[in-house]
Amino acid sequence: MDNTTREILELLEDNAKLTPDEIAVMLNIDAAEVRGMIKELENQKAILSYMTLINWEKMGEEKVSALIEVRITPQRDVGFDAVAERIYRFPEVRSMRLMSGTYDLAVFLEGRSMKEVSHFVSTKLATIEGVVSTTTHFVLKTYKQDGVIMEDGEEDRRLMISP
Amino acid sequence: MIQKNWSEKVNPAVRDLPPSGIRRFFDLVVETKGVISLGVGEPDFVTPWHIREACIYSLEKGYTMYTSNWGLLELREAVAADLEHTYNVKYNPRNEILITVGVSEALDLAMRVLLEPGDEVLMPEPSYVSYAPCATLAGGVPVFMPTGPENGFCISAEQVQASITPRTKVLLLCYPNNPTGAVMDRNELLKIAEVAVQNDLIVISDEIYGRLTYVGEHTCVASLPGMRDRTVLLNGFSKAYAMTGWRVGYAAGHSDIISAMTKIHQYSMLCTSITAQMAALEALKNGQPGMRRMVEHYNRRRHLVVQSFLDMGLPCFEPGGAFYAFPRISATGLNSEEFAEELLKQEQVALVPGNAFGQSGEGFVRVSYAASIDELGEAFRRMARFVRRCGIRPKVISAPVKISGGQSA
Repeated sequence: MDNTTREILELLEDNAKLTPDEIAVMLNIDAAEVRGMIKELENQKAILSYMTLINWEKMGEEKVSALIEVRITPQRDVGFDAVAERIYRFPEVRSMRLMSGTYDLAVFLEGRSMKEVSHFVSTKLATIEGVVSTTTHFVLKTYKQDGVIMEDGEEDRRLMISP
Repeated sequence: MIQKNWSEKVNPAVRDLPPSGIRRFFDLVVETKGVISLGVGEPDFVTPWHIREACIYSLEKGYTMYTSNWGLLELREAVAADLEHTYNVKYNPRNEILITVGVSEALDLAMRVLLEPGDEVLMPEPSYVSYAPCATLAGGVPVFMPTGPENGFCISAEQVQASITPRTKVLLLCYPNNPTGAVMDRNELLKIAEVAVQNDLIVISDEIYGRLTYVGEHTCVASLPGMRDRTVLLNGFSKAYAMTGWRVGYAAGHSDIISAMTKIHQYSMLCTSITAQMAALEALKNGQPGMRRMVEHYNRRRHLVVQSFLDMGLPCFEPGGAFYAFPRISATGLNSEEFAEELLKQEQVALVPGNAFGQSGEGFVRVSYAASIDELGEAFRRMARFVRRCGIRPKVISAPVKISGGQSA
């Protein structure tokens, strides 16, 4: 990966709102070149999506999140992948990772209530063939997500004018 | 009862000193609501967490006492190692480095140690607001060397030579420059160093923005032939490590000068706060990656800011360092102060009139790009609206005034 590509990706990761024109000025390169490179990165699936991180709590929205530790039986040829796919296809699953250690999958769920999350785990997740056990941990508070501190108290306290 | 005029008791040198042009404008800004400020001469980043954490830990361990007048030896050793590694200039941390309360104190000490009444101090103009007053308060006479965009806001060896009189003792350099962002070309600096050696001048070099150099490499004056012992190198942690409020700086130079500075320091400041010194030590040990990231951010904003001025039809010198742009606004028909005041009143954008940095700054304004991209975007939308109302047509200028090797226009 060349330096310009890395810089474009870092800028977009930091602020997906930046336009190709702005990026072009910031990196001192041609705007058409930036547009072409972004298109290419999207085609390569290097750029997967442009996300917005929202603090729903601030908007009074009730959401319940949970981390489910799932133990599964691996299958010949495909290992964990086939069972994993059956799980991550559910829209309730926000993210999922294969882990080393005492359990196999870390599944992050989001629902409107504890009842909804519990219902999903007991009726859909735990009943999948190959799932050996599940342990549900409800999230009490999110302090930081995707590198962003949710309640950042670090306001700009600088004077308006200084030498 | 007759009211006594207590100002008569004040030392005339202080009484007659004009207040900073920045301070006067500051009072106007605080009275205005909804202001986007591009007038701030400090990073918009909070000090990186690992530095703050190291400071908290040092307090937990009970580091709450005085340090040596010179500063913590460990910090001086780290400064010496950093200067040797970065610029290949060696200093003895025991008697050639003094830790000060910011570069401001180091500058004041250097002036007071070097100047006798009537000694002249050569300095570029426009430049930082406290240089001339510090020289005056130390009994010296500031002699300005005007610069402009046509010479990249840089002084030349010829200009220095022509400004020298039998009373000239000190040459003050400040590159990258506040407020212009100008950087000095190494070749021109070599010629200036020759003039300094030939005329036995002491150079005070304020290198606080040295790490924030985007065009070429920063040349440390002390690293040039014959300059190590006749240079008082001033630097600090405020700008590069986003540590303005910690007030830690240092002076490095020949032991005769640094020891003399330490004498005044021990009777006035005694020592820099140990808490701040512990934080500075952490910054030097582990702060380089964070610093580089901040510099990258400034560099990207720099391009955006210069282009925005060109788009609105105002010529803008391309700064090679620091985090300021210094566009020429005289085409609006307003002078620096009128431009800044009207922009503040009509569009609630604060920047600093160029003449606050000396008469050569008239016709310009200083714009800090230590602000977020979103803030810069909104500030420039407002500014473009204001400039259009002044009758300037957008996009009449197509390219920034380039710095070719830091010198030419």
